[in-house]
Formats: sequence, C-alpha cells, structure tokens
Amino acid sequence: MSDTPIDRVARATPIPVARRIRGFSDRTIAWIFVAPTIFLLLAINIFPLIWTINLSFTDFRANRPNREVEYIGLENYRRILTDGDIWLTMQATAHFLFWTIALQVLIGFTLAWLINRKFRGNDLWTTLIVLPMMLSPAVVGNFWTFLYQPQIGLFNYVVEFFSGIPASSFQMIGDVRLAPWSIVIVDTWMWSPFVMLICLAGLRSIPDYIYEAAEIDRASKWRQFWTITVPMVLPFLMLAVLFRGIENFKMFDLVVELTGGGPGSVTEVTSINLKREAFEKWRTGYASAYAIILFVTVFGLASIYVKALNKVKER
Amino acid sequence: MSDFVRDFLRLRRGPWEMLASLLIGLGVLMLMQPFALWAFTWSFLTTLAGTVMFIVVSHFPE
Repeated sequence: MSDTPIDRVARATPIPVARRIRGFSDRTIAWIFVAPTIFLLLAINIFPLIWTINLSFTDFRANRPNREVEYIGLENYRRILTDGDIWLTMQATAHFLFWTIALQVLIGFTLAWLINRKFRGNDLWTTLIVLPMMLSPAVVGNFWTFLYQPQIGLFNYVVEFFSGIPASSFQMIGDVRLAPWSIVIVDTWMWSPFVMLICLAGLRSIPDYIYEAAEIDRASKWRQFWTITVPMVLPFLMLAVLFRGIENFKMFDLVVELTGGGPGSVTEVTSINLKREAFEKWRTGYASAYAIILFVTVFGLASIYVKALNKVKER
Repeated sequence: MSDFVRDFLRLRRGPWEMLASLLIGLGVLMLMQPFALWAFTWSFLTTLAGTVMFIVVSHFPE
C-alpha cells in the first residue's frame, strides 16, 4: 500500500466530510479552487473600480464622511476637461512618456545588441548595467537631486567637461526649461536596462542558422539587421514599450523625490496632480472622475497595443 | 478597398477594430496635444467611444 502525502490526507479526512467531497463533480471542485481568487479579484479590483465610477458622479469628500453626498452628474468630468491646468499636466505627462520611451528603446536595444556579442566579461557588464533598475525609485530620485546640484553635483561638471558650459550657470531641477528633461534623464538611466533585458531575451531567441543562411545568400550585415534581427525582436520590444508606457503613465515616486512637480508645475505629471486633488484638496469625487479618465485612456491604449502585438507575433 | 467596405458593412471584426483603434488613438492625441483646448475637452468622449467600440467589435466574427 502506497503512503503518499495525498493518501495520508485522505486517511485523515473524517468519513462524513470525505463522503460529501466524493459527491462533488469536477466542475464544482474546480469552482472551489478558483473561488478564492475570483473573490479577491472582485474585492480588490472590480469593486473599487465600480465604486470609483460611482463616486465620480458625486461631490464626495473623504475628509468629511458625515457630509451629505450630492449626485452632480457629469459636472466633475466637465470641470476636468475644461481645466487649463490639467491640460498642462497632460502635456507634461506626454513629454515625459514620449521621450522616456523613445530614449529607453534606443538605448536599451543598442545595449542589448552590444551585450549579445560574445566577448570577455559579458556577464559582468550585464550585471553592472542592470544595477540601476534594482534600486528603489525613491532612492534614485533622492541621489539624483544631489547629482543635479549646480555647485556640488557631478552632472553639471560632466556637462561642463563635454560642452564647456560653466557648471554653475544652469540648474537642471530649478530651471523651467530643463526640469522636464531632468526627470526624463533619470527615468531613462534607471529603466533602459529593463528594455535591454527584454531585447536581449529576443536577440538570444533568434537561431544562429537564420544568420548562417543569410550569410550563404550573401546578405550584408545591414540587411541581416533589418530583415532578421529587427522583425524577430519587435514583439519583445513592443512588450517592453507596453510595460514602460503603462508604468510611466502612472510614474509618481521618482518625480516626487526629484522635483516634487516643480518648478511651478512644469513636471507635475498626472499621478502627482491626481494625488494632490485626492489627498491634499480632498476632492474625492473630482479625483475619482480624473482617475476614470486616466483609466479609460490607459485601457484603450493597452487594448490596441495588445492587438498590434498579437498581429506581430502571428507574422 | 472594396473588401474593406464589404467587411465593414457585413460587421466583420477587422475593419471595425481598425476604426475603434483609430478613435482611441485620436482620443489620446487630443488629450495630450498642446494646441487646442476644445480638442482636450472632447478627448475623453472620443477615447471612451473607441474603447467601448473596441470591446464590442472584438466579439464580431472574423
């Protein structure tokens, strides 16, 4: 007679319980296993979403829970979508999103392509390159504020060394024109290794015989790059863009630590603005409508992106 | 082009998904562009229409 853990559990189960369980169909047992997950999903994701949609039509304020809540229809949405300040916030987010993704794809792919070549110390370089993405965004934001210091910061001296512009003549964080670029530089520094890792997985999945066949057909290195490497890495690259796009759309900690949304509000991305509306001004209904607008935007973008990704994979 | 119109009229997934994607893309562009406030105002409605349309038409037959 076998004595596996399952047998022991079966023997330890009281007979009335065992009889009851034996009567369950496979479908019922499947539901019993899946039910806790579905319950958690409903409790943590679906219910808050429905509740937020409900709040977005009210003037509810979380700091005044006893105040009578009034349904104001689409007024919150109308106010947000005619507010010039929120429009500027969206533009700051768009600037941040566009440049971080463009630079991260460019740098990440180039690094992956270089690392994929077989050379001595390859593993050590990979480890060193991925170090920034292992750090906490709060820590990164904090130490980059020191690097950006015009008097003692290393960044300004590096710029001076390469361009001749005096280190104390500009402030990356304090200047209205440079501050948006300061957060782009830090995010790119931190997350290009992530794009590199995904691209590296793509590059390593390309079998050598495809390149060998191309060599036999006398295809140039340039041709091989555009007709073999790029198409085969594209699904991986698109996945990286999807992850970074969604992540950067809700970027909060890094920007708060680095610029706090300033100077003025030039680096106030939507997540910071939303947090201020919700937890500093306590306009919960208004902030809910704001969150729903952002949710629909990200959801819509993710839908078409996943569709495009599937199409590329099918090719 | 005629195939596109025919599939569109026969409620096939391809052309309808493309239209929904265009609406979503247009909505996001309107939301983040720096030129006209009226485009920002109507951006959410455009994105929402595109997103709902995308969910519905992705159940259409191929």
